[in-house]
Amino acid sequence: MGQLFSVEIIYRGVFQKTLAKNITRDIVLAAHNQGKLGISFGRYGDAPERNGIPAKSFAIVANDEQTLEAGMAQYEPKQVDLTVVLDDTLCKGAESWAWYGLHPVHHALKAGRTLIVVSLQDAAALLKTIHRREEPYKLALLKGVTSFSGMWVYKDDHTDVRVLGAIAKALPELVSFASVEKFITDKLKNPLKVTSARTAYDRFTAIEIKPGQGNPEELFNFGLPKWEDMRLGVSIKGQPQGGPYEDPVSKTVGGFRPVRNELFKKYTTRTMRPVVNFATCTKCTLCWLNCPDASFDVTPDGTYDADLKGCCGCGICEAVCPVKDCITMVNESEFHDNDSQWARFKQDRDAYLQWLEKTIEEAEPVEKRSQGFRYRGQYQEQVPAALEIANKG
Amino acid sequence: MATLTMPVEEKKKTSEQEALITGAEAIAIACKLANVDVVTAYPIRPYDTVMQYISQLVADGEMDCEYIVAEGEHSQFEIVKHASACGARVFCGSSGVGWMYAMEALTVTPALRLPLVAMVGNRALDDPGAFGVEHNDALAVRDLGWMLTWVDSAQEALDTALIAYRVAEDRRMFVPLALSCDGAFLTHSQSLVNIPTAEQVKKFLPRYDRGDLLLHPDNVISVAPQANEDWVMEIRRQNFAVTEYACDVIREVYADFEKIFGRKYGNPFFEEYMTEDAEVVLLGMGTLSTPVRVAIRKLREQGKKVGFVRLRWFRPFAGPEIAKCLERFKAIGVIDRDFSFGSPNLSGVVATEVRSAMYTGSTARPPVLGFICGLGGREVTVPDVENMTEIVFQAAKGKTQPWTQWIGLRG
Repeated sequence: MGQLFSVEIIYRGVFQKTLAKNITRDIVLAAHNQGKLGISFGRYGDAPERNGIPAKSFAIVANDEQTLEAGMAQYEPKQVDLTVVLDDTLCKGAESWAWYGLHPVHHALKAGRTLIVVSLQDAAALLKTIHRREEPYKLALLKGVTSFSGMWVYKDDHTDVRVLGAIAKALPELVSFASVEKFITDKLKNPLKVTSARTAYDRFTAIEIKPGQGNPEELFNFGLPKWEDMRLGVSIKGQPQGGPYEDPVSKTVGGFRPVRNELFKKYTTRTMRPVVNFATCTKCTLCWLNCPDASFDVTPDGTYDADLKGCCGCGICEAVCPVKDCITMVNESEFHDNDSQWARFKQDRDAYLQWLEKTIEEAEPVEKRSQGFRYRGQYQEQVPAALEIANKG
Repeated sequence: MATLTMPVEEKKKTSEQEALITGAEAIAIACKLANVDVVTAYPIRPYDTVMQYISQLVADGEMDCEYIVAEGEHSQFEIVKHASACGARVFCGSSGVGWMYAMEALTVTPALRLPLVAMVGNRALDDPGAFGVEHNDALAVRDLGWMLTWVDSAQEALDTALIAYRVAEDRRMFVPLALSCDGAFLTHSQSLVNIPTAEQVKKFLPRYDRGDLLLHPDNVISVAPQANEDWVMEIRRQNFAVTEYACDVIREVYADFEKIFGRKYGNPFFEEYMTEDAEVVLLGMGTLSTPVRVAIRKLREQGKKVGFVRLRWFRPFAGPEIAKCLERFKAIGVIDRDFSFGSPNLSGVVATEVRSAMYTGSTARPPVLGFICGLGGREVTVPDVENMTEIVFQAAKGKTQPWTQWIGLRG
């Protein structure tokens, strides 16, 4: 059997669908310049995609047809030679909407292989979220603003070719830079893109991650039951109703917290989270009423606290909140836990409000807003700034 | 059209009453006796006769149920599906393309383990538009988790409707059941029927108890969520498990039926006619049994030893029993009132199933010939049966015959 390479692109559903599809296609076409054969495909279970849901696209490349067929004789690659994460907030874990459980981003990565993350953060910051594992691997950062676009619009900010350049360096056995360059010149016909790819190739560095290094959080496990043990009639037991709960400081009991499914968290879909100013909240109920996932708890104070395990970060609460800066969506990379904001507010009101002010201020720059297509031409305007950040190295 | 001959003060009676009614009326009365909670209707011939009779029973104050006329068959079957999930005993039905229009609802019902009972007034599928009997409509759900049974007389229709509720609502089963009745020959012809008493039926048919699967505010469950490839095979396997013991449940129910009502059906799955000394047999479903029996008696007078096997239950298909029954004959002719396009040997559905059952259930290899006849309500005549019998005798003698022949076809 000849050489077989599998590459996995983990991306945000809808926002990066076209980008991920383009990259896996480009890998195959670039490798084909060296006479290799390959296929690319999106994970079937991820479609139809939801906004922001962690999703996967694959490229499988081989030297000959029989080897390629051996790689194709499975639903999706179980082990990959390279994992590319197109948005660094995905490092918190990938959980498909069709539900395969919550997986760390390097779930399928072979020992000693490379994990490439598109990020503005440094390795130390990322390792706070990337889970530890038993096998060593390499971590490479592709510096850049996360490229998000929409269902019908594509932001051509060179992320595709920059990833290709990085791949040529990380896994030269798969594809050489010469092949990447030839592909870009022949097919994409944009000399600027060759430059972007070369910059990524030249500046590529990877660091060794040792076993046990990274986020110690235990990912919850889920066992699939035998058919005899499953409930009949495609039915699932409902959740209990929930009820009032306790103020951590005053010990007053009140409000309402629904019981939520312990096995379906949904927070990995989130790229931004709502931060709430409980001091200015007017208890108008709009966030609670409009949340599509019923993610708000009614606190014993009568304010509304987002449950950050259930919130998928859609931003509707921010949009409907009538009070200025009372609910603000902040990039998920700022956070390392899903704890209750209201509990923090109750424990130390002043510290919370100071933190809130600072966080909102930092969240203001537009490149920190991960999504939000607002007008025609907006993405084209964002491209030069994105390129500048990327090429600063 | 006959008027109902149900005795008004039926409750006072303690013994069965005799009435001259159609097969459709018989099923309507069975629904009343079974105390059905929700009935949905949408007119299409020949099923519509049963909906007319039920509406009459409701209008006359004899039957108490929710009677909902839907805006089409799809809704008709969806409504009873949901009512059944909420613990209601339900009845609905359709015919031909109406049944097909409900197909999406029909396919989702078995996996949800809902024991709805439907009457299919068998009708040719359009085009061409035709009212006459053809079995392809009901047979379209044969692989999808529905139980399918065919009846031959108004009496059998009434009895089988009661049996249907008992079988479908058995906790071990909980799958839908379609009661197939040949259009015209059964649905529109009146014959004398013994109508059991309410007390007897009460004794025979326990309350429908959905237990932990009940959709109710006191038992909060989600039904039919989206699932991926990690789940679907297990769900299918759960439905297939039903087929492993379905025949035992059916046998049990028929035995109980005999105890309570006194009417004997013998083997629940098929009825044999003059097979004891037969050299060859014909096999078929539904009302074509009448011309077949007449022809057999005539042929017997000429010394031709032919018998008939009438299949009652098509799903579950009692394969091993059928093979054991058929292996003793020199040749078998299967009469299909349907066609199975492009099937092995270009046969009808039943012939293909019988051949398959013989292959695994017996080492005997008598020729199994297929006949396609009586499509679109065309009469299956006594000479047609004589003709088929002759062909089967020829095969028994070792003379090669085509695997499938169309009988009663011009040309």
